[in-house]
Amino acid sequence: MRRNVGFELLRTGVAIAAALVIGFIVTSLVSESPVEAFGYFLKGPFTSIRRFGSFLEAAVPLTFTGLAVSLVFSAGQFNMGAEGQFFIGAVSATAAGILLDLPPVMHTIVCLAAGMIAGAIGGLIPGILKARWNASELVASLMLNYVFLKLGMYLITYHLRDPSAGALVSLPLKETSWLPQFTRNTKLHAGIFVMFLVVFLCYYFLYRTSRGYEARMTGQNISFARYSGVPVLTVMLLIQVLGGAVAGLGGAVEMLGIYRRFQWQTSPGYGFDGVIVAILARNNPLLVPVAAVFLAYLRIGADVMAMYADVSAEMVSIIQAVIILLVTAEAFLAGYRHRLTLKEVKQRASAS
Amino acid sequence: MHPLLKAIFSASFAASILRVTTPILFAALGAVVADLSGVVNIALEGMMLISALTGVIASAFTGSAWIGFLAGVAAGIVVGLVLGYFHLKLRTNVILAGIALNLLASQGTVFLLYAAAHDKGVSSSLPSKVMPEIQVPILKDIPVIGAILGKQNVLTYLSLIAVAVIYLFLYKTSFGLRLRVVGENPDAADSVGISVHKVRFIALAISGALAGMGGVHLSMGYVSWFSRNMTSGRGFIALAAKALGRTHPVGAFFASLLFGFTDALSNYMQSLRVPGEFIQMIPYVVTLVVLAVYSGRQLKSGRFSNE
Repeated sequence: MRRNVGFELLRTGVAIAAALVIGFIVTSLVSESPVEAFGYFLKGPFTSIRRFGSFLEAAVPLTFTGLAVSLVFSAGQFNMGAEGQFFIGAVSATAAGILLDLPPVMHTIVCLAAGMIAGAIGGLIPGILKARWNASELVASLMLNYVFLKLGMYLITYHLRDPSAGALVSLPLKETSWLPQFTRNTKLHAGIFVMFLVVFLCYYFLYRTSRGYEARMTGQNISFARYSGVPVLTVMLLIQVLGGAVAGLGGAVEMLGIYRRFQWQTSPGYGFDGVIVAILARNNPLLVPVAAVFLAYLRIGADVMAMYADVSAEMVSIIQAVIILLVTAEAFLAGYRHRLTLKEVKQRASAS
Repeated sequence: MHPLLKAIFSASFAASILRVTTPILFAALGAVVADLSGVVNIALEGMMLISALTGVIASAFTGSAWIGFLAGVAAGIVVGLVLGYFHLKLRTNVILAGIALNLLASQGTVFLLYAAAHDKGVSSSLPSKVMPEIQVPILKDIPVIGAILGKQNVLTYLSLIAVAVIYLFLYKTSFGLRLRVVGENPDAADSVGISVHKVRFIALAISGALAGMGGVHLSMGYVSWFSRNMTSGRGFIALAAKALGRTHPVGAFFASLLFGFTDALSNYMQSLRVPGEFIQMIPYVVTLVVLAVYSGRQLKSGRFSNE
C-alpha cells in the first residue's frame, strides 16, 4: 500500500515535470526570450504580496469545483456540469445579495444557500435524465453548461445590471451579504473557512458514511454494487446533486468574498480546471486543496508571464492537458512499476 | 401568416438549415464511426476547433483554400491519432483524454491565434481563404429544390456525400464489418485475428478527418475567419445527434438536420424582440429535451426486448 502511494506520487511528479518541459518547449517556440518568460511563469505567484494573495484566492474556487468533480468522479459519473453550476451559483448569490434585505450574517448564509440550491439543480437535471431516462450525463451536463451561461447572462443583463456602470456588470451586492476580507493588500476572505468545512464534509461523506461507501463502490464496480443491493440510481442522483451543490456554493463564495458585483462576461473556467484538480487529488477530498493550490499557481504564474513577457497565458493549457493525459494514463511508467514489484518479490524470495 | 412562419417555410430558410447543419453533420458522422468501433470520442469539439484554426492559417500562408482544407483535415486526423495513442497505448480513460484535448484545443487555439495573428479574438487580420460555393448544373434549375440545393458551399455537398460514403464504408465493406465487430465485441474480434488497436486507430483517424472537415467549414465556409471557441458546443451536439440517430450515418443525418433547424431558427429569431440569450439557448435546450425523450424510448425498448 505504501509503495503504491509512493509510486503514485512519483508518477504525478514525473507527469508534472514532463508537462513543464513541454510547456517550456512551446514557450521557446513563440518567445524571443523563453528563459525569462518561463522564469516569470514559475516565480510569478511569489513576486509580490498581492500576487501571492491572488494565488491563494484562486485556490478557493478551484477547491470547490475540484471537490464537486471528485464527488461525481468517485461514483463513476462523468458529469461535466461543474462549470455551469459554479456560474449559475454565482449568479444566484448575486441575485440574493442584491434583491434581499437581511441582517448581516443571515444575508450571507441565504446567499450561500441560494448558490448551493442553484448548483444542486444543475446537478439534478442531468442526474434525473440519467437515472430516469438513461441519457448520457456527459452530453446533458455539457449542454446545460451553455444553458446556464446564457440564462445567467440574461439575468445579469436584464434584471441585475448596474445602469450607471459603463461595462456590463451587476449592481453591487449589499454589504450585509459580503464575506469579510482579512487584509488590505489581498482579497483573502472568510470563504476559506467555508471551503475547509466543505472539504471536511466531503471527506466525511465519502469515507465515513455508508452512502459515501456505496457511491465509491458504484464508481469502482457498478455491477458489483448493484448485486450487493446498492440502490445505484439513487446513489448516482444523490452524488450529482451534492456535486452540483458544492460547485454552486463555490460560485457563491467567490461572489461574496472577492467580486461583490457580478462582472464575468463568460464562464471563468473553474469547472474544467476542477477536473484537473480532481484527477491530481485522485478524487480524495483531503488532497483537493493541495491540488487546487498547484493549479492556482499555474494560473497566476501564466497571468504574470503574459503581463511581462511575449507569451500569452493560454500556454498553461498545454501544461494542464499534458498533466491530465499522463496522470490518468494507466500504462504511463507501468513498466517501471512492474520492475519495482518484481525486484521486491525477488528480494523477499531470496530472503526467505 | 406570421412573418416568422413565412420565413421558416421559405426555400432560403431550408437552404440555411443545410448550411448550419454541415459542421454538425460532419462531426456526427465522426462520432458514429468512432462509436461503432467502441470508442466514445468526446474530443470532436476540440478536433473541430483545431482544424478550423489550422485551415485558416494554412490557407492564409499558402493562398489556397484547398490546401487549407487538407491541412485542417490532417490536423483532425493527428488529434484523432493522439487520442488513440493515449487511449489505446497508454490506457488513459478515453473521456478524460477527450477532456484534456478539448481543453488544449480551446485554449491552445487562442495561444496559436495570438502567435499567428497577434489577436486573441478573431483571425480577420489573416488573409485566409474561403471554400468555394458551387452551383449544381441541372439541380439549380428545378424549382424549390434548386433554391435549396442548387447553390451551396462545396463542403455542404461533401457532407451530404459523406453520409452515403460512410454508410457504404461501414455496412458494405469488409473493413467496415471488422470495425463494427471490434465495437460490438473486441474479444471476439481479437480471437479471429482482427487487431482491435489497429482498427480503432483507423476509426479515430477517420473520426478526426470528418470532424476536421466540419471545423474547416466553420472557419472557411460558414464564416471567413476563425474566432475563439467558435465551435461553441457543436462537437458535443454532434454526440447527441449520434445518440439520437441510433449510431447510424443516415440516422445521424436526420438528427443533425433537427439540430441544424434549431440553429437556423435561432439565427432567424435574432430579429425578434426576444432577449438574444434565450434564442441562443434554443439549440442546447432542444438537445437536452431530445436526449431525454429519445433515451427514454431506447431504455423502454431495451427493457421489452429483455422480457
